[in-house]
Amino acid sequence: MAVSRNPGLDGLRYRGGGYMVTWMLHRISGVSMILFVSLHVVAAYLLTQYGSGVGRAINTVYESWLFQAYIFFCIIFHTLNGARVITLDLWPRLMQYQREAIWLEWLIFIPVYGLSLLMLVQQGLAG
Amino acid sequence: MVHTRTVHMIPRRRLTLEFTMWIFTRVSGAMLLLLGILGMVGALYLGARTQMDLPTLMRWTFFPNANHVVASAIPNVNQGWSNVLWRTVEVLIIVFGVTHGLNGLRVVLDDYVGHESVRRVLHYCLLVLWVAVMGVALAVVFTA
Repeated sequence: MAVSRNPGLDGLRYRGGGYMVTWMLHRISGVSMILFVSLHVVAAYLLTQYGSGVGRAINTVYESWLFQAYIFFCIIFHTLNGARVITLDLWPRLMQYQREAIWLEWLIFIPVYGLSLLMLVQQGLAG
Repeated sequence: MVHTRTVHMIPRRRLTLEFTMWIFTRVSGAMLLLLGILGMVGALYLGARTQMDLPTLMRWTFFPNANHVVASAIPNVNQGWSNVLWRTVEVLIIVFGVTHGLNGLRVVLDDYVGHESVRRVLHYCLLVLWVAVMGVALAVVFTA
């Protein structure tokens, strides 16, 4: 249920720890992916149907390595966090190990994203 | 005075929109993960290891559309890269992905929009967006 008042910046003072960080990142990454996919679908539609310059312009934005690095963060994090949520919902008794599950999630995330980032940066700097 | 007995009952679990979408979010999320794995394994089976670079493999994994591999060393995408299996996977990814994403947007918006009327307007906007994005995406798949 929504709150009727606007919490504003006071919400940032709530200290939910690692749990809250994953919850926030899940939302931010989810909304980012909606934006990216919508842009991509619109650009592909404009390009294939009309060969439009707007479609090409949108293409150059999301094909830049910085954008790719951001969207890779979103995809990998959202996938891993979603897998954790599904697993803990399917086996609620595991909920007591939620803290450990989040640690495991970051342990998988860091090397997977690190390698992707390394390759993206190498390609980006190579031109 | 009439004697009344209060019975506290556990509320019956009805299939409300919230409950249905809660389940759908988890099922579609798992399905998207499996479809991604299917796409990647399928690409490696079809010869991605020698015929395409990693970014192309990633593009294919997220959405197995023949347009995603035209820039690679594949001689002819009609040999295995564009058929009814990948069409089906594409349609499933669109339906699951768009619905999962826009429902997520609805959940996020409900947390920040307090006014019932504004919320209703936004829900209708999302419904229109859902139909529009799905239509455009399916048009790209079936005409490209």
